[in-house]
Amino acid sequence: MIAYLLRRIALLVPLLFGITLITFTVIHLAPGEPVEMQMAMNPKVGKEARERLQKFYGLDKPLHVQYITWLKQLSQLDFGRSFSSDNRPVLDKIKERLPVTLSLNIIALLIEFGLAIPIGVMAAVHRNTLLDKGITVVVFVGFAVPTFWLALLLMYFFGVKLNWLPISGLHTLGYESYSWFGRLWDLAKHLILPILVASFGSLAGVSRYMRSAMLQVIEQEYITTARAKGLSERLVIWKHALRNALLPLITLVGFSLPGLIGGSVIFETIFAIPGMGQLFYQGVMSRDYPVVMGILVIGAGLTLIGNLLADLSYALADPRIRQS
Amino acid sequence: MQMLKTSFAYAVFWPRFRRNRLAVAGGAVVLLLFAISFFAPWFVSHHPSSINAWEVLQPPTWQHWFGTDELGRDVLARVLFGARISLKVGFVAVGIAVALGAVVGLIAGYYGGWADTLLMRLVDIMLCFPTFFLILAVIAFLQPSIWIIMVVIGLTGWMGVARLVRAEVLAIREMEYIMAARCIGCSDLRIIFRHVLPNALSPVLVAATLGVAGAILTESALSFLGIGVQPPTPSWGNILTSGKDYIEFAWWLSLFPGLAILITVLSYNLLGEGIRDALDPRTLR
Repeated sequence: MIAYLLRRIALLVPLLFGITLITFTVIHLAPGEPVEMQMAMNPKVGKEARERLQKFYGLDKPLHVQYITWLKQLSQLDFGRSFSSDNRPVLDKIKERLPVTLSLNIIALLIEFGLAIPIGVMAAVHRNTLLDKGITVVVFVGFAVPTFWLALLLMYFFGVKLNWLPISGLHTLGYESYSWFGRLWDLAKHLILPILVASFGSLAGVSRYMRSAMLQVIEQEYITTARAKGLSERLVIWKHALRNALLPLITLVGFSLPGLIGGSVIFETIFAIPGMGQLFYQGVMSRDYPVVMGILVIGAGLTLIGNLLADLSYALADPRIRQS
Repeated sequence: MQMLKTSFAYAVFWPRFRRNRLAVAGGAVVLLLFAISFFAPWFVSHHPSSINAWEVLQPPTWQHWFGTDELGRDVLARVLFGARISLKVGFVAVGIAVALGAVVGLIAGYYGGWADTLLMRLVDIMLCFPTFFLILAVIAFLQPSIWIIMVVIGLTGWMGVARLVRAEVLAIREMEYIMAARCIGCSDLRIIFRHVLPNALSPVLVAATLGVAGAILTESALSFLGIGVQPPTPSWGNILTSGKDYIEFAWWLSLFPGLAILITVLSYNLLGEGIRDALDPRTLR
């Protein structure tokens, strides 16, 4: 187990290096520099000032020098300063946004798995019945719904038509004056729609996956054995079969991380939630290279760590992998 | 070889596929979408870009079945013309992804060794990135245009195909007919393209069909955020952008283009799953 762990950690180094290399390349593919953006805003700035700005940001040096400088800074967890007018360190900006996105996604993930597992099991147990077919149809439609459209429809019904729920931001104006409970309720009301949209996104995929994992397990001989020794069907399905079918789902959690982080751009922009996705969108639109690079590296790094954790917990849960 | 493929299609694939009614329906809708894209100008009575200041934000009527948008343009015409964009994006982006993924998978699987290690690590690295972030950054920096969108969606979507092809090639490489080909002196290139690739294609076909659906969703999300297809060219995503802006007054602007995306993506997914079931040897009798 320890050898396995060490091998996996050693593999992280080249992968992280590759992530930085791709991020750097992608950003510098683009013609037009952030300095030009600032120039366009203010045509009065002369050629001299422009060179001074370039020097200030280190953009006058050759690319490989820029890359090595950036890498050195990264190794000290220094992501540089934002190009935007507040000029704050990128890490600070990300730090205040990351918890919002992470907690939203974790809640969504919990809801998603909490619903998808029973749905998948039901479909597998009642294979080829009307129930299974009904679930399959719903799942396929769920696959095909664009999340931003779903968000629009929900905003229309619950926000505009019924006026039950707020449709943007995290707080009502002046929420500071509310009581402790009032604030919590206010936050919850703001979160219902975004979390609904976020968890709906991969509900279909996970329940489909659960169904096929369950179908495979049910055909195994130990399930026949369990039935043969007279266990109730409920015990066979929900204990013997489910525990084995759940294993591959661990890997699925790791795999779904980049999708979750990427998807946050869409619902955070729609619902005006101050998270990583919104920060990234704003960064991209204003060509704030340090912010964009920082989020790409951190997003990919988080995925890397998430995958590692998923693989490790898989190894912990499945003795066959631990021993090989 | 060719004979065998054709007889497989007639004897096994088609009868199995035809039994799956949902898949056939999906295929039919896909064909219908092709027809709409090619003949859109003949279908519509209004030009998708003709502005009419007297008919701004009209709800659906006999004249405008899907209503009109904030510039008085006919939404039905814009949705029908939007089919062209989604079709183009779907096929070109997936074509790029499949070609790239197939080449990477073939090289990695056939040659093995350090080429395999290097390429598969590249796949691992690419899979770590939140793809939508990467696409968003590249497109916004390079100025959005339909060609850039298609290329970038393709360049960020090849990893799955590469893994699939590599796995197939690893199995095919050990087959006796490959040994036979090598014995009679076939070159590597000939073996790869003539003997390995054709036999590795069926899972790719499924991945490609499902990939078209994914590419259409990505394009619509990009256009919705304003970094995709630029107005006045209609795309389902950018019609929904105005849908969002006028959501309090004009539900039709949001409903119809979204339904178009839903139906299209659903059809490609049903078609892809149908092809998979029909090709799956485990369910072959």
